[in-house]
This record gives sequence, structure tokens and C-alpha cells, in this order.
Amino acid sequence: MAHINMPEPDQQIIARKREIVAELIKAIGKEGVIHEPNETIAYECDALTAYRCPPLAVALPKTTQEVSKVLTICKQIGVPVIPRGSGTSLAGGALPTADSIVLGVARLNKVIEIDYDNRLINVQSGMTNLSVSGAVAEGEFFYAPDPSSQLACAIAGNIAMNSGGAHCLKYGVTTNNLLGAKVVMMDGEIVEIGGGQLDAGGLDLLGLICGSEGQLGVVTEATLKILPKPEGARPILLGFDDPEIAGTCVSDIIKSGILPVAMEYMDGLAIKACEEFAKAGYPTNVEALLIIEVEGSQEEIDEQLGKIKRIAKKHKPKVMRESESAVQSDLIWKGRKAAFGAMGQLADYMCMDGTIPTSKLPFVLKRMQEMSKEYGLRVANVFHAGDGNLHPLILYNANDPKEMQKCEEFGAEILKLCVEAGGCLTGEHGVGIEKRDLMNVQFNDQDMEIQMRVKDVFDPDWLLNPAKVFPLKNSQSRRGNYREHYRENYKASE
Amino acid sequence: MKKLEKPKSEDALCDLVKNAIGNKQTLKIIGGGTRPIGNAVVADSVINTSAIKGVSIFEPGALTLVANAGTSLEEIQKLLATENQHLPFEPADYRGLLGTKGNSTIGGVVAGGVSGPRRIQVGAMRDTLIGVRFVNGEGVAIKNGGRVMKNVTGYDLVKLMAGSHGTLGILTEVAFKVLPMVEKSNTLLVRGLSDVDATIVMSKALGSPYDIAGAAHTPAQNTKNSYAVTSIRVEGFEKSVAYRLSQLKEIIAQEMGSSIIIDVETNAKKSSDIWKSIRDVTPFHNAKGAVWKISVKPTDGAKVVNALSAIMQVKSLYDWGGGLVWLLVEEDTITNAEIVRKTVGNVKGHATLMRAENDTVLKIEAFHPQAKRLANLSNQLRAQFDPHGIFNPQLMEKTSTRTMLEAG
Repeated sequence: MAHINMPEPDQQIIARKREIVAELIKAIGKEGVIHEPNETIAYECDALTAYRCPPLAVALPKTTQEVSKVLTICKQIGVPVIPRGSGTSLAGGALPTADSIVLGVARLNKVIEIDYDNRLINVQSGMTNLSVSGAVAEGEFFYAPDPSSQLACAIAGNIAMNSGGAHCLKYGVTTNNLLGAKVVMMDGEIVEIGGGQLDAGGLDLLGLICGSEGQLGVVTEATLKILPKPEGARPILLGFDDPEIAGTCVSDIIKSGILPVAMEYMDGLAIKACEEFAKAGYPTNVEALLIIEVEGSQEEIDEQLGKIKRIAKKHKPKVMRESESAVQSDLIWKGRKAAFGAMGQLADYMCMDGTIPTSKLPFVLKRMQEMSKEYGLRVANVFHAGDGNLHPLILYNANDPKEMQKCEEFGAEILKLCVEAGGCLTGEHGVGIEKRDLMNVQFNDQDMEIQMRVKDVFDPDWLLNPAKVFPLKNSQSRRGNYREHYRENYKASE
Repeated sequence: MKKLEKPKSEDALCDLVKNAIGNKQTLKIIGGGTRPIGNAVVADSVINTSAIKGVSIFEPGALTLVANAGTSLEEIQKLLATENQHLPFEPADYRGLLGTKGNSTIGGVVAGGVSGPRRIQVGAMRDTLIGVRFVNGEGVAIKNGGRVMKNVTGYDLVKLMAGSHGTLGILTEVAFKVLPMVEKSNTLLVRGLSDVDATIVMSKALGSPYDIAGAAHTPAQNTKNSYAVTSIRVEGFEKSVAYRLSQLKEIIAQEMGSSIIIDVETNAKKSSDIWKSIRDVTPFHNAKGAVWKISVKPTDGAKVVNALSAIMQVKSLYDWGGGLVWLLVEEDTITNAEIVRKTVGNVKGHATLMRAENDTVLKIEAFHPQAKRLANLSNQLRAQFDPHGIFNPQLMEKTSTRTMLEAG
């Protein structure tokens, strides 16, 4: 039995399943409602597969109006709603409870407007991240945030989790590339925040909604910033025997005034697994590998890589190799983006996502190796070195409950280490349920109280994704309210 | 004379806020007092945060700066410059525009949401702000975000505090992602374009792969010459800048015809002065009339100005590729103010009254009124952060239905 608890489902809601499903079907048609147990099981988890629970039903609306109808029904009856993009969350952000409705945006997948003059695209939020870049490719533009799951993950989920990616050192994360959103509030009202202008005006509600893990509203449309494609890009591989020296090299490059678009780090174990998997040409005889990418015209790339090489040489790298062709560059990135899949070939793994100040990199890496020995579990490191966003992958056997528990404990210790080093629990995956019970490592009760008050404003009954982000004991008094209150109201209206 | 408090620490500030609640007193919050933006605030006491000062962390290799909110902007800029780094969003100095004196604080820059021309390239102030500490309306110190640039732990109150003008809490500490200064910065100057053509040229430049670091347009009425000037800034390593300038010239000539006159300002000081003038809205310093800051979709900027020009005497300056319009309305009347708001509202933009000539500022909202539900959400958020309604009452919305000190 896994150790992250979810609240007991409300049996009275479960008992009313037929009636709730009938209401949903009446509102959005039967093709948009999934309720047979053999079908709802497909929605029992996201990419945090250790935790599963089929929802009461799944609603897949086609329009913003339909989303509004679904939320209105759920609000009236008091049913918890679990918003879902593509279900790629590594943090359990889309994990249902047995008394909840999963509201999926998969059928909201159209481009509404492309405006190259204003460098923006307006899309429905079920579109995948990569398909947004695809939609503007012919205009020589792209959408910058590039999470590893970009082939599958939806813009709605990107906004909910404020997703990052490998290239955010230069281009920022989702919140820095989001201009506007159409949001359906829990009570069904549709609001528009921002749009084509650079600032939305008033308090930054858009910035607040981005990264709120589906707890404030359901985003159905998004206006996203698109950027002109660079003339070219080229990565360089730098291999070191000592992870600490690799860390210093990263810091020296940044200090020199060069801002590469990406600086990725892999340790020995990750290098070997990725090379085996993707044949990307990584050197397998080093303990630390940096993939550094710069952009521009050929001459500009030469100039920047020249400077990087001069700095790197001072740290005596064992390997220093520029990509020699577009094909090679693609392979290098394919290897990096396949890292999680490659590790999955070695063993089951749990992927952590803490961020640390880059100056603490050597200390944290060293401490993690010590902890690996203490726990008797291997850990591989693949991460965004330029911004200190670590992804330690702890290898374990998922069929061994004891080892799984040990793995979760080890993971929690790593995240505590990140916070102690001056960093945070999660850099881009989100809190979900995975880091929910660690929130008090980073925040005190008052820091969390003010955040929960924000949710009180947007969703006073705590129906939207209620058991996520905040430790259950902190949110208990709020989550408890809706049931009695609404059950009474509903009866009264019957 | 109102009581002026200058707390030296976050603890002292918490005590002051608790006392104010106990005494049912409202508070006006100021940093350096150089940017009095928003509705006029009438409060019982003034809290000046400039004594909560000092830089606690500056790590050039991690591009990180953490400072107490009262630290002067000048001190921070000087410190960053010792390592050849800077605040990338180029905070504007509004002293000339707003007729204020004193020293801007970094907390004021954050509370005011102040970003300059480079925001089109590197993002706004809110995009580089990575952490805050603030004291809420119950006298409790709160932290959010941190000192790392990738952080999605809990809700992003950092963004909410940025540009909240001291209506949600009093900032005590702010953390930024800083960036290296560039080796070279040149400005391309295109002569004589109409506002509409200038917008086209700026869009083309911003849609090119040449990483434009500024795109502004000054119509002829505001220049010392008799022609309009469209300025496009290119930054980076020396060779790269030269290459990009030549490419851009070709793009512009293709768009506007080969007879178009394009100059290049290569002198570092002169190029920097051009952008300082754009950033600080220098042409409107001491000008008679009301000054509006208008935020619209870039291609709507010139349309709004043209529509307004047909009705009233206006002068305009464009930044952010046309997305930011500084508008000088020569005759500052309520009627004109309402027309400005309506015209901007028609294209879903928003207009902030930054400086008024007459008492318009007392009669209309300084900030563009929001749609009803958004306004409600904002007011409810204020009620959660500042339940007694003591911080900068009415600064962001004077028609607020909130009663002050209702819970006091």
C-alpha cells in the first residue's frame, strides 16, 4: 500500500452516480460522457502510475460552453472535479478519487487564430504542446516551452503545471509565454484574462492561474507567445571525470556573458543508459556530460561555441565535441529527451524534480551519492544545469512494496535536501499528490494559508482538484465544507 | 501632517501593521515615492519601506540577486554592473514624467510592475522576479517563490505581488533572475515612417530571427527633427550585431522600398541615450495635458492613436513593437478620458492614467476598469490578503464595494 493518502470518497455521491451521469449526458451528449467501469479505468491515473483510482465518470466536452455546463452540474450537486489535459503529469495532478468527475479537454483541440504580426497563437487547450509549434512551423515560428512529454502533453496541463523544458534558460517557462486565457470558473462562469497585449492589466490573475494545478479554474483556450525560429542551433558535448568540475564549468560559462539556450547535465549512469537507447554518440567513459546548445547564424554559433570552448578548456574536459550536422544534433537531443524512457529500460524509476541554486550543485550531487549508498538504491541524474532544476531518477523494483517505500523515502530526502540548499520541491512537474505532504518542508502554515485563501476566492467549495497541492490536514476544514452544504441545498431544490 | 513610519526590519513592519489594525488606521505604502501611480490614496499613516534595505545574495554564476525591498534601485544596478550583469527588463525611471524626486527602491519597481523597452526580448519585471517576502494585512510575514528560476511549488504569488501596487501586502524582500550585460548594443533608425508603416516594420523585425532587444517609434511631432524615427535595437557579440543589422536593413528595404533612409547608431552612449529616452518617456516630460499608458495588441497601437487623433489633440510614442502606447491628451477632460478608455476597450486593451493636468484623476479610475467577474476576483483577493482593508485603500479601484476596516 502506497503511503500517499487520498480522502475517503463520499459514498452518498457515489450512490448517485446514475443521476449524475444522466445530467452530464443531458448537457453534453452521450458521446462526451464515459461511465462504464471498463472504460473509466483508462482514466484511473496519470504518469504517476503508482497511484490509481477510477473516477465516478469522465466528461469530455467539445466546447467552452460544454465545460461550463459540466462544471455547473458538478457545482450544484457538489461533485469534485479533476481537470485533465493528456494525463502526462508525473506528480499525480490528474489522479481521480472514486467520487469525482474527470473533466478532460482532449476534444478541445483546435487552432483558433494564428497572428504572425503580433507573434501569437490562440488555441483550444487540449492541443498538444508539440502541435502548437507544428501549427506555426510554416511561418518559421515556434512555441518555446518544450517539456520532455511535448509529443503528448496538452497546453491545458502545461498551464496548470507551469511546465518548463530544456530550453527555458533562455525562453522561460509557460508563464513567461502565456498572454491570455479563457477560463471556466467552478460556478460555470466563463472569464477572459489578457489576450494579444503584453500585459493583462489589473492584478496578475493570469500569472496566478498559471501553475495553480487545475485548482482555480479550467482553462479552455490560451493565447500563447510564439517566437521566430533561430537561424540555426548547434549543441556541443563536454565530458568530465568529475561532476564537481562540470558544475563549475556551467557557472563559469554563465558568468562570461554567454547565455546558451540550453545547458543539460547527465551523470555516468544516465549517459550509458541514453547512449544504449538512442545511439546519440555520447561518450560513455565520463562521469558527467554537459550538452550545451547555442543559437544564431553559423558565424554567431561559431563565435559563441568558440568562447564556450575556451572556458571549458580551462577545466580540462575529457571530451569536447561539437555536433557536426543537423542529424547529429537531432540525435543528441533525442538521447536527452529519451532519458526517462531509457532509464525505464534499466529498472522502474521514480523521477524527482527539485531545483537548487546552481552554486550548490557540487554539494547536492555529492550528498545524493552518499544517500544512494545509505538507501541501497541507485540514482541517475539528468537535469537542466543552467537553472539548477534537478531530475534525480531513483531506480527500484516496483513489484517490491518495501523497495517502493524505501524509494519514496529516499525521494523525499532528496527534495528536503534541495530545500535546505536554498531551492524548492518542484521545478517544473508540480506538486500534485506526489509532493503534497512535503509542502511544509518549504512553506510554513501561514505561507500555505494565504495560498489556500486564493483557492477560497476562485473555488469557495473546494471542488476543483481538491486533495492536491496542500497537505490534507491543512486543507481538511475547507474540503469538508461543500458536502453537507450542497447536499442540503440540492435536496431543498428537488 | 500624517504620521510617517520607517521600519528598519520585517519584524518591526509586522508590529506596525498589527498596531494599525488595532488602532483602525489605514496605511499608505511607499518605497522611494518616485512612481505615484494609481488613484490618490488617503490614509491615516504613511509607511516608507526604504529602511528595510540591503542585498543579501548576489551570485553572478547563478544569475541570482536577492535584496530587501527598500534597497535603492541605483545601488542594485551598481552592484550588478561590477560583475557586468543587469536587471534585464530595464526598469523605467518615471521621475521626469511624473514630476517626482527621490530614490526609487527595488520594492517599488516590483509593486509598480515597471518594465522598459527590453521586455519584448527578455520578458517583463514579473518574468524575472523569482521570489518575494511580504507582510500581509494581518501583520504576518509570508514567503513565496524563492531564489531559483525554476519553481512551481505551490501557487505563484510572486506574479500576483508583481504590479499589485501595495494593495495586497508590503514587500520586504525580492529575488530576481539577472542577466549578463551585452557586449554591443546598436540601434537601427528608420526615418519618416507613418505610425502604421512603423508598426509593420517593427513586426517584421520582431518576427525575424535576429533577437530584437527593442522596437519603438517616435512620430515626427515628438522628434527634434522634422521626421518620425523608428528605432530597432540589436544586441549581442560584436560580429553578431553587425551581421544582424545588415540583415535587418534588407528586410526593411524590402518592405518599405529601397529609398527608405536607415541610419545606424553605433556609438554606445548615444544608442543607450535613445533607449533611455524611450524608456523614461522623455518627450512628454513637462508637456501640458494628461499622460496615458496604453497596452494593446501591437498592431492595434497605431489604430487606436489614429482613431483618437480624429477626435482630440493627441501626441503618441510607441514602444514594445507598438504594444505600448504613451499618449499625451492635450486637453485633459473627463469626456476625453472616457473616449480614450472606450477606444482602447474596443480592441480589448487597457489604458492607465499616469498623470493628469486637471482633477480628472479624482473623478475617474486611474486603472482601466476590469470585466465584472475579474474585478470581483481581484477585490476578493484583496480581502483575503488584507482583510481589514488597510493597505493603500482604493489605489487600484476607488469604486470598490469593500468597506474599510469592516473586520476591525
